[in-house]
Amino acid sequence: MEIIAEARNLRKWFPVRLGFLKTLFSKQSLFVRAVDDISLYILEKEILGLVGESGSGKTTTGRLMVRLLEPTGGQILFKGMDITHLQGEKLRTLRQKMQIVFQDPYESLNPRMTIGDIIAEPLRVLRLANDEKEIMERVYAILEDVQLTPPEEFTFRYPHELSGGQRQRVNIARAFVVNPEFIVADEPVSMLDVSTRAEILDLMTSLRDKYKTAFLYITHDLALTRHVCDRIAVMYLGKIAELGRTEDIIDNPLHPYTKALISAVPVPDPDSKRIEVTIKGEIPSPINIPPGCRFSTRCPSVMNICLEKEPELVEIEKERFVACHLWKK
Amino acid sequence: MLLQVQDLTTYYKTIRGYVKAAEDVSFEINRGESLGLAGESGCGKTTVALSILRILPTNAKVIKGKILFDGLELLSLSEEEFREKIRWKGISIVFQGAMNALNPVYTIKDQIVEAILLHEKGTSKKEAEERAAKLFELVGIEPSRVNNYPHEFSGGMRQRAMIAMSLACNPKLVIADEPGTALDVIVAAQVFKLMKELKHKLNLAMILITHDLSIIAELCEKCLIMYAGYGVEYADVRSIFKNPLHPYTQGLIDAFPNIKAERRKISSIPGSPPNLLSPPTGCRFHPRCKYAMENCRRQTPTPTEVEPTHIVACHLYNKAG
Repeated sequence: MEIIAEARNLRKWFPVRLGFLKTLFSKQSLFVRAVDDISLYILEKEILGLVGESGSGKTTTGRLMVRLLEPTGGQILFKGMDITHLQGEKLRTLRQKMQIVFQDPYESLNPRMTIGDIIAEPLRVLRLANDEKEIMERVYAILEDVQLTPPEEFTFRYPHELSGGQRQRVNIARAFVVNPEFIVADEPVSMLDVSTRAEILDLMTSLRDKYKTAFLYITHDLALTRHVCDRIAVMYLGKIAELGRTEDIIDNPLHPYTKALISAVPVPDPDSKRIEVTIKGEIPSPINIPPGCRFSTRCPSVMNICLEKEPELVEIEKERFVACHLWKK
Repeated sequence: MLLQVQDLTTYYKTIRGYVKAAEDVSFEINRGESLGLAGESGCGKTTVALSILRILPTNAKVIKGKILFDGLELLSLSEEEFREKIRWKGISIVFQGAMNALNPVYTIKDQIVEAILLHEKGTSKKEAEERAAKLFELVGIEPSRVNNYPHEFSGGMRQRAMIAMSLACNPKLVIADEPGTALDVIVAAQVFKLMKELKHKLNLAMILITHDLSIIAELCEKCLIMYAGYGVEYADVRSIFKNPLHPYTQGLIDAFPNIKAERRKISSIPGSPPNLLSPPTGCRFHPRCKYAMENCRRQTPTPTEVEPTHIVACHLYNKAG
């Protein structure tokens, strides 16, 4: 299968703003190392889940992948083409191929535009339709696809008239209307009520089947990931800790961090094994990343080598990558 | 019996009419027992909690109902009596959103001490300060850190500090409003574990308000499922999960993925919760219910004890109707 999007040694460091005097006298500048050398790829028709706690760099990764942020280092490839430094008209043409669905359906739609205009805007901006008639045809078709029917009615409504689930459908329609080949979905259901989450995820997977789109699905909810993703990448403090097929990661996690993450998920069954808390403390600041393995400060199986040497992400089985000194090839 | 809530009905007055946030809500809690109050956003969970503590916003009013706590009728107490006898000493609350519920310009110690001095007249400031340090130890934070400001704490520590504060006057009942939201998975699990330990150690009764059924499975003995202001199903946690009777409860459970069980399809409940300014007639769930009958549109189902201690408000189980 063809690789649609790929990150190679991708880095994003945000400079920390200091006061005037501190800038004058401090010897080194500080950086938030949000994404610190990660490599991953997303195949055609595939949904790759990017999981991690807040501050692990998943959203930054997502935004880098669709070139909403400038990377500090590394490469981004789209269908084999290096797009890391693409600018101007070329970047604009590329936008048609990659889209993003934002987390908050209440903040990401312009309250003064009708649903029809919101969905038509990418077509207008990217000049993808010949005339208004074609634009409206495509808007109607995509509204049917996301089951906001009858489309004639929804095109004239405003976002405040819709429920959270319906708004997220509009967001998905806006991303899909340009026929993209790659979509970054940043926590698309975390703001929605439990009873409507499943239908949004079902909608995403059915559109993926219909249009053969590749997805980078960013989430903190491991339990839901399992129902959506083909493969999962677990991030910790700007690096990938573990990457592999969904069943392998959930049923047999190898990295101590993944293990802790899975055992901490509460289970809707009073008879089931209870949540276990195997690790202490909270995620350290990405400004002061611990030396050696980043997880060593919280890891229950920490060894001497972990404090000195940063483990590399190695393939220990086919399509199974772990960055931990416990697992050597 | 520690707390008994009977037919509690609370409305909010707005310019567009009354928002019927809680209607005829009834439940009971024994000493040391914990009850989960579950439902989607806007179903009235928080309103019930605020009504019990009498801290509703000024446009809200308890229309009818009874709240008995330790033999006292809470709704008929005067404001002074309520503050002296009940609030913090009898019932306390851990507010939603630990990140923002603490006052940023006072140290945590000042905030705990203020609560103690206000509710327990006659305590000296020194005693109160010592107690604040002890409370910190109880929730697993270094006692010397009581002198810190909230911004010096991480999210998980702020939530622990909030829990410490709620325990300041040895209450018998703690209401926890969404204690896990806004926290990361691992930190949330640490907080739940702490709450479980404290509950056993102090024989606390608890009302846990959440939209996440799995937390209730984890922490509670009993559960009340609310929908659009009504309590629709009330039973012990095992019955709710193993034998859910109300179609809404069934739908809610089907919507939850279980990471430690076989992978199964998760499903949604079609539609969305109603606007409580003009809720649907009859059963408020009928527009989304796949079993809806003619009767459901006209008549509000009365809660019926279908099995011992398993109460459901649904016409499917109302034999007489």
